[in-house]
Amino acid sequence: MTTDVAVRPAPPPGAPGGGARPRSRWSVPGGTALGVGSAVLYLSLIVLIPLAVVAWRSVDQGPGYFWRAVTTPDAWAALTLTVGASFLVALINLVMGTIIAWVLVRDRFPGKAVVDTLIDLPFALPTIVAGLVLLALYGPESPLGLNLAYSRAGVVLALLFVTLPFVVRTVQPVLLELDKEMEQAAASLGASPFQTFRRIILPNLVPAMLSGTALAFTRSIAEFGSTVLISGNLPFKTQVAAVNIFSQIEGDNTTGAAAISTVLLVVALVALVSLDLLQRWGSRRG
Amino acid sequence: MAIEVRDVNKSFGTTPVLRDVSIDVESGSLTALLGPSGGGKSTLLRVIAGLEQPDTGTVRISGVDATRLAPQRRNVGFVFQHYAAFKHLTVFRNVAFGLEIRKRPKDEIRRRVMELLELVHLEQMADRYPSQLSGGQRQRMALARALAVEPEVLLLDEPFGALDAQVRKELRTWLRRLHDEVHVTTVFVTHDQEEAIEVADTIVVLADGEVKQVGSPAEVYDNPADPFVMRFLGPVTEIGGNLVRPHDIEISAEPVEGGTAATISRVVRLGFEVRVELTVEGRDAWVQVTRGFADQLALTPGDVVNVRPVPGARSLTLAAV
Repeated sequence: MTTDVAVRPAPPPGAPGGGARPRSRWSVPGGTALGVGSAVLYLSLIVLIPLAVVAWRSVDQGPGYFWRAVTTPDAWAALTLTVGASFLVALINLVMGTIIAWVLVRDRFPGKAVVDTLIDLPFALPTIVAGLVLLALYGPESPLGLNLAYSRAGVVLALLFVTLPFVVRTVQPVLLELDKEMEQAAASLGASPFQTFRRIILPNLVPAMLSGTALAFTRSIAEFGSTVLISGNLPFKTQVAAVNIFSQIEGDNTTGAAAISTVLLVVALVALVSLDLLQRWGSRRG
Repeated sequence: MAIEVRDVNKSFGTTPVLRDVSIDVESGSLTALLGPSGGGKSTLLRVIAGLEQPDTGTVRISGVDATRLAPQRRNVGFVFQHYAAFKHLTVFRNVAFGLEIRKRPKDEIRRRVMELLELVHLEQMADRYPSQLSGGQRQRMALARALAVEPEVLLLDEPFGALDAQVRKELRTWLRRLHDEVHVTTVFVTHDQEEAIEVADTIVVLADGEVKQVGSPAEVYDNPADPFVMRFLGPVTEIGGNLVRPHDIEISAEPVEGGTAATISRVVRLGFEVRVELTVEGRDAWVQVTRGFADQLALTPGDVVNVRPVPGARSLTLAAV
């Protein structure tokens, strides 16, 4: 927000466009064209063209084949498991990630800096290593006596681990920037700490919470490495979509693999777009 | 008394910010806490609001001991320098917040909020978001929000500090008028002596965590308790070891009783006012005269004149440095 504009005396009441920022869209025409050009080119090479090829491959034997490939019992089971588990994982990490971000920003405790660094570990670790660790910890020889190997709970656990940082890292900066005086103002107006949280803090965090959740969800859908070991890849039971795609490719069924990939792609897109719409709807403020 | 503060001490770490502060604020008054930054005035205001806890001492609001009361239960309105607007709520909902918390009926809230928005001239802005308002408008919204809960005292922490000079001037005149209409006991913090003199009916001068002087603007200006207060409240100059207001010095061409010879070094014309800079006994001083007077004596640099404090002028003897 440009404060110099905000503090200028406003036009008289009723004048049009009191709060509108002057926007010069073409202020640096040359620079803008170059910037947009390279961004589009890069995005096309890295993202759009490969995705288009996947989608194209998935229907190169006709829509009927696409449909049959997606609805074979094992593919369908893998897809529903993946989407369902991802949904659950995104929800859990929405709550837990927000709590962790809160604790990291608002509380003081010894070793906070270490914890803050640890949050990024799931990002940094190769996911197959994460899978190994999880298998060692929660596998048949679990030192904790907790065997989650070859079960759906194991899949969920692996996904929880890999997607933990998303919500934490999106909520944390917003919480840091949050104006403490808003909370003090609410308190002096009579709001209890809980009312202040629900009416003042939470609404300001929701956009960040939602985008973190969207990222966690889409990441879960695509997860391969961390789940491949602990799930045991039992078709109809613990095989996730990414692993199913892999086995289709191994079985030389690239069209089928592309079909399932396309479904994942669409689910991820729908999730991102709908959460984005939700955010816009929730923040019509300027 | 609306507010009684007794022997309040407060330190941040090892730094004392308030030292044995005691003040009384009369019901219905408009009091300024005036002092340099870091003098403890904002902390005192926050102690009254319950946003800070004093280390020792008591705060009574309307006769009730509020020292250990949470801010929610003190029934004070607080206005922050940077507005503390609820960014995600419209102007209407910002002002309605305290009433919604108190679970007042919907139509009562609507009526009261619109009344207040009219009072602060924001009735057209009810559906806007704070980001769509100017700084002055946001601060008026914050004021309406604080007034909505009918507080026993209204506390304003440098309310105009973030605004530009023009808006500042408008708003302080407006605050004075608003107070004449609403009559709620008001305490505001400022480091601007002009603002304090113009708006307040009582000034509390606070520096180094101590109350230096309390009085009406005229008292504090004309009878400052010490050189610090005198310097802080307005322009001063030094003549013959005395601290004097520059408009309380006479210049004459002929030697006069009690006068001292001075050499004019510079004459600065600032419209109606003329600033005469001169050297008295080897020290620089300055005198404020009217243009007519300067023309009458034809004051020019290099002239030797006589200066003395106007008879009856308040001056403070400085300890020899």
